[in-house]
Amino acid sequence: MSTNPKPEIPHVDVPDANEVDFYHYKGRWSGLASWIFSTDHKRIGLMYLVLMLTFFLAGMTLGFLMRLELFKPGRTIVDAQTYNEFFTLHGVIMIFLFVIPGLSASLGNFMLPIMIGAKDVQFPRLNLLSWWLFLAGSLLALTALFTGGGPPDTGWTFYAPYSIRTGTNVTLAAFAVFVLGFSSILTGLNFVTTIHRMRAPGMGFFRMPLFAWAVYATGWLQVIATPMIGITLVLIIVERTFGIGVFDPVKGGDPILYQHLFWIYSHPAVYIMILPALGAISEVITVHARRAIFGYTFIAMSSIAIALFGSVVWAHHMFVSGNSLVANFVFSLLTMIVAIPSAVKVFNWVATLYKGSIQLETPMLYALAFIFIFMIGGFTGMMLGVLSIDVHVHDTYFVVGHFHYILFGGLGFALFASLHHWFPKMFGRMYHQVPSKIAWFLTFVGFNVLYGPFFILGWEGMPRRYYDYLPQFTKWHQVATVGSWIMIAGILLMLGNLLHSLRHGKPCTERNPWGGGRTLEWTVPSPPPLENFKEVPVVTHGPYDLETAEH
Amino acid sequence: MSTSHSLVLAHHKDYRGSKFAIWLFLITEVILFGGMFLLYSVYRSKYPADFHAAAGELNTLVGTINTLILLTSSLTMALGIAATHHGNRKLALWMIALTVICAGAFMVNKYFEWGMKIHHGIYPGSPKLAAFPKGEILFFGLYFTMTGVHGIHVLVGMVLLTTMFFRTMGQPNSKLSFVAGHGLQDAEGGSLAVVDSEGKVLWKGDPIDSTIQRIDVKTKYWPVKERFRVEDFNQLENSGLYWHIVDIIWIFLFPLFYLIT
Repeated sequence: MSTNPKPEIPHVDVPDANEVDFYHYKGRWSGLASWIFSTDHKRIGLMYLVLMLTFFLAGMTLGFLMRLELFKPGRTIVDAQTYNEFFTLHGVIMIFLFVIPGLSASLGNFMLPIMIGAKDVQFPRLNLLSWWLFLAGSLLALTALFTGGGPPDTGWTFYAPYSIRTGTNVTLAAFAVFVLGFSSILTGLNFVTTIHRMRAPGMGFFRMPLFAWAVYATGWLQVIATPMIGITLVLIIVERTFGIGVFDPVKGGDPILYQHLFWIYSHPAVYIMILPALGAISEVITVHARRAIFGYTFIAMSSIAIALFGSVVWAHHMFVSGNSLVANFVFSLLTMIVAIPSAVKVFNWVATLYKGSIQLETPMLYALAFIFIFMIGGFTGMMLGVLSIDVHVHDTYFVVGHFHYILFGGLGFALFASLHHWFPKMFGRMYHQVPSKIAWFLTFVGFNVLYGPFFILGWEGMPRRYYDYLPQFTKWHQVATVGSWIMIAGILLMLGNLLHSLRHGKPCTERNPWGGGRTLEWTVPSPPPLENFKEVPVVTHGPYDLETAEH
Repeated sequence: MSTSHSLVLAHHKDYRGSKFAIWLFLITEVILFGGMFLLYSVYRSKYPADFHAAAGELNTLVGTINTLILLTSSLTMALGIAATHHGNRKLALWMIALTVICAGAFMVNKYFEWGMKIHHGIYPGSPKLAAFPKGEILFFGLYFTMTGVHGIHVLVGMVLLTTMFFRTMGQPNSKLSFVAGHGLQDAEGGSLAVVDSEGKVLWKGDPIDSTIQRIDVKTKYWPVKERFRVEDFNQLENSGLYWHIVDIIWIFLFPLFYLIT
């Protein structure tokens, strides 16, 4: 078809989309716009990470101030109302802006498409919209602090009837959470569809990496649980604006129903937070133990089981709210059942370590710390699921200790583990080893010194959320406050080290820097090119099969 | 020189994936309303007599008319989609327009219905309602909230279907896009040409240099049944699914609020 002779044009070497890494790929925009308008899942994942870590630091500062206030009985640095606002903000920021998007939206966004051999997620523009909604929601939440009647003081749970009576800016904060919920739903919907439709040829469901399984279970939870918090908060807003009465006892409404609706979402939300963490730990352990994961199918299915059972245990948050005894029995039993798949995971991780050649690299240290912490959090959680114990320790520091062990010890440590695990893959540089290990040590020790005493305090009767306390609790409060200093030092060192390594770390362009990676993300360059794979990979074996291992 | 480069299509659309996602979205809608239906069932079992009395205040005739309107709109929606399957664009456009008109009629009815209630002093937080028994306060609280949230969904549906009306007007068409970084650089230095079967160049475009970020090839077909492709009307079908869930929710709202007298 050469009917149109043209002068020869010298061949200009324009880099192909897949020959430069995605940072250096020149798209339509440049500078900041090349990030905030990018539909590339890797950029979106990193943008989530940046926002989340920023909010994490803000939440951590509030926690630090709360611990300072509790250093001795009575007023230490702030008054009671400010303290109430502090713990509400700490809760709202940490829950809705850090752990709910969590590993799924940040590293899940970055890694999921690569792990299943896809170019991107199914709906890249929807993915960007999710991020923008997340940004909008968090800006609204921040606006709520400085406008109206001041920052919300209800606790992150917005319990009625106080949340419909208080003069603080609950309406805007609730709307912010509604918007954040929308973002979470869209992310979940996107990931579930991506996993159904975009797996590489040959990658059946049971050839997916375990992190992908965890993100899949999380996605379903986001889709089926989040609308419930959406409508509940809309009802709070409508209640505050028009006074429809559904949660207002004066008008015949029942505040207990608010608690039900709230926990129907917020208990599964705990699994939205923790499931990707469990998946990430599976990846870290198999790579750094240089051994195929033990019990792949069981771990994969336990994610699904956790999602299923976790959706029907919500009323265990309400054992002392006036449920019928029968309901309490049923929810207590279901809570025990949810412990089984969680334990399945732990046993399989330990079995993977057995006879593995364990490399104590930083991600592995975090993963081992995770197992230790997660076990304590899990066991105390089972104690709380037992009716006879829960009645005594409900609303005490015991509960606070439990969920910090699960949420911060669980999600937080898993995030740190996977940040260190995938750092060379994401940025093409290796972080400084010695500071990262010191940071791990400080964080791990500080964490236990901080939250360990909570169990003792709670057992002795220290109620949660109290501004003041009896002198007999002083000792353990002071231990905890000192622990917070150690832990914060560790976290700052860790983040500082990672930030410094972004520019000054040793270049690490190996595809498989740990040597033990067998899943697809270790077959692409570090950092990955725009479309991840030059050619669509064809999968012929399970994700952890030894024949592909280099060691 | 021969330049028969095969450009890589930049955006491969997965229509089954879109449909899958819409069904997931419908699940979220069911759960969203599920929360309110949960409240309704608890309060109705707690205050059956008050609910019974309060339901008598609603105008069953207006509710029935609105039910008929919405059911008709579901029919026209389904017919509109069926018409596209038969390549009958004109009929499809009429049916989509009718659907939007039905939705509008529903909203107008709703407006007068709410207006009457508010005129009589029955609205959440009103002094008159505050004197009612507790169950009736809750009934009207739920009535305004649930029909209100449903009404917002109807409005969203109207916007959506209006958009689909104009989309369908322009369809069936197809657009092939080649964008920078997806193989477009292979064509750099060349130009686009339309060539007939004998190799004669019918049309030749401007040279493609590095400033070109994107090449679109747009084609519009005459709508005939033989050329029906699901992707041409995928968005319309997905919008139809949304519209049906809005109707189904009303099918539950209607008896629960109007017919329990």
